Amino acid sequence: MALPRTDNYLQPPKRRPFWNRRMSDNVQGWLFILPAVIGFFLFQLGPVIASLALSFTKYNIIKPPTFVGLDNYKTMFTDDKLFRISVEATLKYSFLAIPLSLITAYIAALLLNRDMRGISIYRTLWYLPALVPSVASAAVWGWLLNRNYGPINYPLRLLGLPTPGWLVDPDWIIPSLVLINLWSFGSPLLIFLAGLQGVPQHLYDAVAVDGGNAWHRFRDVTLPQTSSIVFFNLIMGIIGTFQTFSIVYVLFTPTAGETNAGPGNAGLLYVLYLYRNAFLYFKSGYASAMAWVLFMVILVLTALAFWSQRKWVYYEAEARGGR
Amino acid sequence: METTLAPEMELHSARTRKATRRTTVLRIVAHVCFVLVSIAMLMPFFWLITSSLKRPEQIFVFPPQWIPNPVHWDNYTKLFDTVPVIRYAVNTLTITLGATIGQVVTSALVAYGFARMRFAGRDLAFSAILATLMLPYAVTIVPVYVMFAKLGWVNTYWPLILPYWFGGGAFNIFLLRQFFRTIPMDLDEAALLDGANRLRIFATIIVPLSKPALMAVFVLSLMHHWNDFLAPVIYLTTSTKWTLAIGISSLSSLESGRDFTHYQMALSTIVVVPVMIVFFLAQRVFIQGIALTGIKG
Repeated sequence: MALPRTDNYLQPPKRRPFWNRRMSDNVQGWLFILPAVIGFFLFQLGPVIASLALSFTKYNIIKPPTFVGLDNYKTMFTDDKLFRISVEATLKYSFLAIPLSLITAYIAALLLNRDMRGISIYRTLWYLPALVPSVASAAVWGWLLNRNYGPINYPLRLLGLPTPGWLVDPDWIIPSLVLINLWSFGSPLLIFLAGLQGVPQHLYDAVAVDGGNAWHRFRDVTLPQTSSIVFFNLIMGIIGTFQTFSIVYVLFTPTAGETNAGPGNAGLLYVLYLYRNAFLYFKSGYASAMAWVLFMVILVLTALAFWSQRKWVYYEAEARGGR
Repeated sequence: METTLAPEMELHSARTRKATRRTTVLRIVAHVCFVLVSIAMLMPFFWLITSSLKRPEQIFVFPPQWIPNPVHWDNYTKLFDTVPVIRYAVNTLTITLGATIGQVVTSALVAYGFARMRFAGRDLAFSAILATLMLPYAVTIVPVYVMFAKLGWVNTYWPLILPYWFGGGAFNIFLLRQFFRTIPMDLDEAALLDGANRLRIFATIIVPLSKPALMAVFVLSLMHHWNDFLAPVIYLTTSTKWTLAIGISSLSSLESGRDFTHYQMALSTIVVVPVMIVFFLAQRVFIQGIALTGIKG
């Protein structure tokens, strides 16, 4: 970039040949990104449009789709009891799990962001659960939370405390899922840690000069400086949590003759029900309509987050009056 | 710690000495808290491994047996007779490597285009691709399945590998682009003047300078595909094609139910251990990779 353009440099600038450097860069640039462009149309934009189209049809993949108008959406919001159950379960789960894991990860990152002997060991250990495949996580938690023989209820029973049924009690299923989710808060933790380490020291020094204490350091420096990372983790949390699937799939695998997702279907999270519609009941049209409803909900929540970020997310360029 | 500080402390006033003592106490309190949390975080791992060495009658007992007695190492040999572990592992590795290589190669090429070339429509294309980060996978899953079904590729590995050869996902493109942009642009310009073409610049300048970032993408993809469950469970219908993750899940759906808990724990251990090994070997690049995508949003 620092050098002059070579095409003008070597030739007298009277007439630009058609195949100049700019043209060649246009073609070559698009060639480089071509895989992603094809992928975008083939696996993202195309399917999104197809999904919208399918949502107005009755379709079982084998026979051609038949147009049914808004029937799928109507069924969803009026007749389908399981849909209502799955929406309630997912909302309950998400509104507990998203803030809880975000706050926990943030506090953990604040605690781990210090110079202390052995701190990197703690960081590694707290991160480890995030590496466990959700299937394995479901398998081991299904067993940890066992009502009668699990090691979590054991100390509760010894202390004479009530021992919840966890995964067999409809009221405790969502809290159980939130707990399992909380265990693997490693990804937001790592991102928060990286963000905290990027906060410039001179800002803390400035607070110290002004006689500020730990709370002032947190409120005036740490929080604004990391707010954009909080925002990033919030968005990722919304998108990920609303689509929780593997955990509930494994925990509530239908055994012979039983199709519930836990007692009272309390563990029937939205995407699990969507999956069952699409791949067990072969209701692809209905599943597509469900997918679009989810899409809209996530879109609205993300838009809300983006809208609200102007109030609470701090960007350096703006504060400096730049741009 | 006290001994190294001692000579200096003689010079300090009583007030600073008190403050030093207070930070020492705080440090100990912090360590105790950290150790307690660490124990809580590790407990499921402990339970996973010890349960994999128990027989059902040692698992479903009250009070729980913390240390299996006797230790049933033979669970693992019996597991290999019950479940085709080797086959699942080979299947999982095939998919994992096939998809990961595609992801690294194509995301690097695409990121090069976005990071180091100027061309018409670049920023628009980049925004469009970045926007797919927000797209729930649930929306595309049915039409993509229909597409692969029409191609007759259900119950093959193509649907699990091929999509990753098309740019490797917005996340990886973004990560690599961020990294490529930190390399001085003069290098490209100089090489262009010397008559090198773009592909050669990519291969001989950018790739060697970006090993940490490429490693990060490689490791992240590797773990993603090794752990993946949804796509395999949708596409792989016959049990000979299954992956390790489906194997774990299938052990809880067997009609005999809980009699297979110890096998399920053993298989889960087999799946988790390689992930841990890769993580410890590549810890630095891994953490940097996650950090790189997180901060510079």
